[in-house]
Amino acid sequence: MNDDFDETSGPELTADEEALVNEIPTLTDVGQARRTFLGQTITGGVGLFALMLLEKEQALAALSPSPDAVFAPAVMPENAIRTTLKVNGAAKTLELDSRVVLLDALRERLELTGTKKGCEVGQCGACTVLVDGRRVLSCLTLAATLEGREVTTIEGLARGEQLHPMQAAFIKYDGFQCGYCTSGQICSAVALLEEVRRGDVSHVTEDVTATTTRLTDDEIRERMSGNICRCGAYPGIVAAVREVHTGKESARTWRFVEEAELARVRKEWHDDETV
Amino acid sequence: MRPFKYTRASDADAAARAVTANPSAKFLGGGTNILDLMKEDVERPSELVDLTRLKLAEITAARDGGVTIGALAKNTDTANHPLIRKNYPLLTQAIVAGASGQLRNMATNGGNLMQRTRCQYFYDTAMPCNKREPGTGCGAREGLNRIHAIFGWSEKCVATYPGDMANALYALEAVVRVRNASGRERTIPIGDFHRLPGDTPEKDNNLEHGELIVAIDLPRSNFAKNYYYLKVRDRASYAFALVAVAAALEMDGGRIRQARVVMGSVAHKPWRSQEAEAALSGRPASEENFRNAAQAALASAKPLTHNAYKVELGRRAIVRALMRAARLI
Repeated sequence: MNDDFDETSGPELTADEEALVNEIPTLTDVGQARRTFLGQTITGGVGLFALMLLEKEQALAALSPSPDAVFAPAVMPENAIRTTLKVNGAAKTLELDSRVVLLDALRERLELTGTKKGCEVGQCGACTVLVDGRRVLSCLTLAATLEGREVTTIEGLARGEQLHPMQAAFIKYDGFQCGYCTSGQICSAVALLEEVRRGDVSHVTEDVTATTTRLTDDEIRERMSGNICRCGAYPGIVAAVREVHTGKESARTWRFVEEAELARVRKEWHDDETV
Repeated sequence: MRPFKYTRASDADAAARAVTANPSAKFLGGGTNILDLMKEDVERPSELVDLTRLKLAEITAARDGGVTIGALAKNTDTANHPLIRKNYPLLTQAIVAGASGQLRNMATNGGNLMQRTRCQYFYDTAMPCNKREPGTGCGAREGLNRIHAIFGWSEKCVATYPGDMANALYALEAVVRVRNASGRERTIPIGDFHRLPGDTPEKDNNLEHGELIVAIDLPRSNFAKNYYYLKVRDRASYAFALVAVAAALEMDGGRIRQARVVMGSVAHKPWRSQEAEAALSGRPASEENFRNAAQAALASAKPLTHNAYKVELGRRAIVRALMRAARLI
């Protein structure tokens, strides 16, 4: 790191890089700030990549779809297919390359970036969405197969400003740290509760011939095992699912420290220092 | 992913015709394995024929007391169907031991039988693999083979069939019904469906190109009381088996009238041990007899450099699965 780095001065650009930067029209204020940041990274040697990223972002930002728009790319796709599906209640018609999976259709074409791209090969669960009410992996679902289906993403769970109970419970119990797996976790958990209401069994169900709708913590863990959290927020996730399932408050594993406790600790520190 | 033509099939015959007409076409069911493999560039079909609209998802009672499950019924719906849970709980246990809730919602029964090996050398296109690219050699034979076969492997291939459902189907003596482009149906006992690798490891099973699985027939079963599917894996959930055991007993008081023992993830196909079954037949259900059966089951195992542990693990897994099936633990 250069200790003399001056945040106010721009990066040293070559003539070519300067020309590239100038080709990009200014975005919003946020875009401008990011542009400055990305421009600065040029000195770090990833300039072209940063510019490509910025260009892609800008192209996405320029899309302002009307509700009934046909989402067609600028270039005709190879092996084009046309499919109409419902996404969070609204009908969408897409013209797509046959290779496009639901995950990319949502993120790149419908501007629904709440669904996250994790491993892309069905091993992490970050891309979990609901299709006709059932949880599936959008990374392994070809958009072409979804004609007439109803897709619900994390963006479609809340009612206006009112969060879905599962969303509220994840916040209440700290069911996340970095948040990247969270939309998949929440979609998965919402569908899980429906599966339990239906009486579906799991790998840890003692007697698969009997019907039970009781959800133990072991059942929650097993049924959520398709959603990996690398921050390890599992205790909070289990508590959130448990509360929404039972309607009873989960025992919290943390609380805010009280003023009297703080005062005591401060005093101990003070005493230590004066010894 | 390489470009491919997407074709939506209107009925089973049209689907079989479309794939038969194109040597590099493949069927698309739930897509959980084929799309994964296409993204990894292991599978390179020029056309996918989408089966998901076909009416092959029913689960119905058969006249002989058995049950027919549609090839396109989802794993979740199959495992939780009242007829399956009541009459074939071993199958329910096997299905819910596999994958995750999301994947089981997507995966079809036919597709489950068609899933390919999880051998790392098969998945890594920079490595030699006779299954992926015949004639290039086997990376695992002299390489890292901890998860590989201990039965029935060849110098050409030491991969395992990774699924759970088929192990239970074999214990239940299910029959796979397939249909070709001219509408002719034939049946394949599940034990003859998958193959040993031999000199042609590129062929996982005995289907002809373009033949479509339409249903799986389960015969009437006496194994609804004493059964257990045990899956041993590197983590408690959402992982492929190192060793799996489908155990089923038909009891006559304390005596075993009939036993079924099928091991998973130890061979290129579900591995049924007739030796273990013979060692159990007519004998009392006891830990000692289960140990003898397990000994017999693993007697012909031929482990590779890194998977000798599967022999002892296999024995213990069989004993435990039988103890659970007999309700002794």
